[in-house]
Amino acid sequence: MSATDFEALLREALTPVDPPADLVARLEVTLISLTELAQDELDAWELSAMRDPRNWVRPAAAAVVGVTAGTALVVLRVRGRHRTRKQQSSSLIDLAERTMHDVADEARRILPHR
Amino acid sequence: MPDDLPKTKSDLDARFTELYRAHLRDVYSYSYYRVGNHHDAEDLTEQTFLQAYRHFERALRESNGRPLRPWLIRIAHNLAANFYRDRSRKPESAIEDAGTISTPHTTESLVEGREELKSILDGVQQLPDDRREALIMRFALGMDNREIARALGRTDGATKVLLHRAVRQLEGIVSESAADTAVKEKP
Repeated sequence: MSATDFEALLREALTPVDPPADLVARLEVTLISLTELAQDELDAWELSAMRDPRNWVRPAAAAVVGVTAGTALVVLRVRGRHRTRKQQSSSLIDLAERTMHDVADEARRILPHR
Repeated sequence: MPDDLPKTKSDLDARFTELYRAHLRDVYSYSYYRVGNHHDAEDLTEQTFLQAYRHFERALRESNGRPLRPWLIRIAHNLAANFYRDRSRKPESAIEDAGTISTPHTTESLVEGREELKSILDGVQQLPDDRREALIMRFALGMDNREIARALGRTDGATKVLLHRAVRQLEGIVSESAADTAVKEKP
């Protein structure tokens, strides 16, 4: 087998892998959580350029466009509990983890077929 | 400060969203082939984007307009190393079926092709870490030598040599495995 043939096989073996839909939804929600943190919390996370928290949700929420309507509903319901999760969380990672658990629970409730 | 840097938090988030959309599949593919299963690949992908978000502004400032994919993959690479160190794990011996081999085959070549591809994937897992990672970046993510060099913190020349040796070693592993199989199957 020539080197070119072997590399072609290698390319075929290492086909890019699409992320699962539930991971995409979880990540979108996590990004939304991050963009909803208050200014002082963000300063603590070294994001010095952040100035106007009211603008943060829009770009991250735009990323949700294209996800299915069911997923969008999950996102909306999870966002509704953001304040509670934030109060319960001790750090950004903790908040993200709580958010992910919430998404998983909501997804199971709303999207049982997935 | 370069002109194209985001001036507001809103711009910064928009840029991060672009990066996320453009490279989610790259990060997931890298993670998947690095750890060998979907569950851990999901964890690694999430952690990579959390870290990336945290340091995004600085990365943009320091990149001088260069693509950020190598930076993103380097984060995943470092997290994967920590992942194994912290949990005393090693990559799984075989990669789960990615379920994405979609090229049409005849029935006969389908079986032959899959055996060959499986043998290659098994061989990839036997390579030393740096060689395995270089191959994943080149063949799963389609990164060029310069991008791989930036992701691995090496020179372009060293990366070229690394890739060449990785392919040759893998060829050797696959040939050896095929020879062993042929001996076992001989009546």
